[in-house]
Amino acid sequence: MRNQPTPALDPLRWTPPPGRPGLTGRVATWWGERPVTQAVLLAGVALILVFFAVNTAANMERFGITPGFGFLLRPANFEIGESLIGYQPQDSYARALLVGLLNTVKIALVGGVLATVIGVALGVARLSGNPLLSALVQGYVEVIRSTPLLLQLFFWSATLQALPGPRQAFNPIPGVFLCNRGILLPAFAEDGAGGWVLLALLAALAVGGIGVWLRSSRIMGQILGRTVGRTVGRTVGSTGNGRRSDALILLIAVGSGAGVIVGSGVSLTVGFPELTGFNFVGGGVVSPEFSALLIGLVVNAAAMIAEIVRSGIQSVPKGQWEAARALGLPRGRIMRLVVLPQALRVIVPLMTSSYLNLIKNSSLAVAIGFPDLVSVVNTSANQTGQVLESMAIMMGAYLTVNLTVSALMNAHNRHLTERGRR
Amino acid sequence: MTDHALTPTSHPLAPFPPPQQVPRQRLALSHARALWGALFGTPVNTAITLACVAALAVSLPPLVRWAILDAVWSGPAERCAAGEGACWAFIGEKLRYILLGFYDQDRQWRPLAATLILLGLAGMSAAPLFWRRATLGVWLAGLTVALLLLSGLPDGPPVPTERWSGLPVNLLLTTIGMIGAFPLAVLLALARRSRMGGIRSLAVLFIEVTRGVPLIAVLYVATLLVPLMLPSGLAIDKLLRAQIAIILFVSAYLAEIIRAGLQAIPDGQYEAARALGLTYWGTMRLVILPQALRTVIPSIVNLAIGLFQDTTLIVVIGLFDVLNTARNAAKDPAWLGFYTEAFGFAALIYLTVCVLASRYSLWLEARLRRVER
Repeated sequence: MRNQPTPALDPLRWTPPPGRPGLTGRVATWWGERPVTQAVLLAGVALILVFFAVNTAANMERFGITPGFGFLLRPANFEIGESLIGYQPQDSYARALLVGLLNTVKIALVGGVLATVIGVALGVARLSGNPLLSALVQGYVEVIRSTPLLLQLFFWSATLQALPGPRQAFNPIPGVFLCNRGILLPAFAEDGAGGWVLLALLAALAVGGIGVWLRSSRIMGQILGRTVGRTVGRTVGSTGNGRRSDALILLIAVGSGAGVIVGSGVSLTVGFPELTGFNFVGGGVVSPEFSALLIGLVVNAAAMIAEIVRSGIQSVPKGQWEAARALGLPRGRIMRLVVLPQALRVIVPLMTSSYLNLIKNSSLAVAIGFPDLVSVVNTSANQTGQVLESMAIMMGAYLTVNLTVSALMNAHNRHLTERGRR
Repeated sequence: MTDHALTPTSHPLAPFPPPQQVPRQRLALSHARALWGALFGTPVNTAITLACVAALAVSLPPLVRWAILDAVWSGPAERCAAGEGACWAFIGEKLRYILLGFYDQDRQWRPLAATLILLGLAGMSAAPLFWRRATLGVWLAGLTVALLLLSGLPDGPPVPTERWSGLPVNLLLTTIGMIGAFPLAVLLALARRSRMGGIRSLAVLFIEVTRGVPLIAVLYVATLLVPLMLPSGLAIDKLLRAQIAIILFVSAYLAEIIRAGLQAIPDGQYEAARALGLTYWGTMRLVILPQALRTVIPSIVNLAIGLFQDTTLIVVIGLFDVLNTARNAAKDPAWLGFYTEAFGFAALIYLTVCVLASRYSLWLEARLRRVER
């Protein structure tokens, strides 16, 4: 909205008036007209906040609670069902909150990846020429979007709890069992192997990302393409600078991933769950709470993403298809070269907000007993009475993640509106 | 919008549509042929069709058997336990409880009347005929009557809000949430586009912070933190705290919708209003806002649908909306464990309301587009 070449006539949009140089001048310009009224209004808001703060301090004193974040170092004394890092009840509140935060991050990451894959597939299916498939997907999307997420989570939670015990467990795929203890899967036998594999993947992705970024920056691209690329290009045997550096980047990325695994010295043997006596031994178990939350969130977010993909592709005018067809392009290339680049302009910002929604929706975990951030914060606040501090931590954690993405989106929006102005 | 992909002829890569002046019979024939082609035209399409039919054949018959054929429609819980299918007798037995919760048994006509008033008001304002100032007065009067009915006044002892439960709570939170958020949202949207830096920053801060946190977090703040922030001796009712939290939460989203509407107004409108000598508020009230709001009505309807679904979240702070009463009904020792039926019934209520509302929103969008042209 700023720095637009609209005339000063426009009463709504802020335009930099001429003159008034210097820092004070700029501040005065930014502050705008009616400086006193604004100052009074802001002071009023500040006064209300101070009123609340004074009351909070007085109330806390009345209950004998010391304000401040000192409680974070005291032992938490409550159990947490599942955790990515080691946790015992005698650990500190800080560690308990970290466990909650990591659980939120875990569900958001796993859910985000699964929802994207399934959602894009469904969105494409919705647009397929086959009316039966398209109608089925439409029905699915409609049902999911017309019922509350909490209801869906309750449903999945009740369904998973109603599964039979370990001895009558369903066995849909060899090595995978469904029972009321959760979902049992083959997993790495050694403790912490999964973490190292994840770390290796992240390392490979990071190295690959840096490589791609270096190539796209001009100077490094030349160095990569000319000197290193030539030597490796000969060994890999491909032609062309682009492909050579692609192969090189891939090689280095895979190498660094493998390096992490070898360096850690962890063994990658896979254990399978087996029924011994009344319970399963070996393999990995996904808790019923996490499974219910994951299924609910993915089923919900995939429906939203399917709609986004559909509306994005449909937002490209029919004339674009026809023009590309008149040029003699085959269907796949029309999609890749003409339609997708235009559809992505609609899809990407909407996808960002649906990821934000997924992160925020993961807070519904508290209703079905998965220990996410909100759940741990709630327990801590109830146990210690440090409500203000706990709420501040919770708000801060969500805001840090979401405001970053929101700021990016606003920058993008400004860019779009400036380019598309009448 | 929806049938774009359904009719094969409208697909961009399909052959040209049949000419307009074809006899009806031949047109029907060509439609049937097109449908056949879309279903079985290529090997891939045939495979997809067969896979879909197989999936339906596996999933539909058990569902129909459970929900209709084997279902127990009436009788005591023992009959349900003996039967194989769904226990709709449970819903019949608990219908009053699920819809109206634990409101005083002999005065349940009150929440029922309040529900009907709120539904009637929503239905009335769906017609563009009623988009006028007088409707606001009718709404305020209706809401007052509904609140009086729920609170048990003026005849008889007052009913505390802890006993307000079931569907009326959802409807009340949604309608008051939308109406209460509206003035605040308009001010926030205008402030965010204001030339006054201090006020603009305040609006941006409020909107972005509110949109950055989940509703559950806001509800927890309202339940746990707000009592601590008030002077001792002063307490606000829990349901009212949740309602205020919802109003503030929704106003941030509504403000962004209204801001989008404001952005769509061409500069010429501002300039023309200015040339007529209108003040800022005159310009807004008479020229800009009527146009801006009209364009975003479908988005506002969608927000209301979302809010109606989100009001179920008051479950986590221990209030009883229709989802919670349904769940609670399945905890009755006499009818233990009929969760699927309870959730199915709650889902049916939401499906009915939300599908109707979203169809309405689509219709409205098409109508507004026509009016524009």
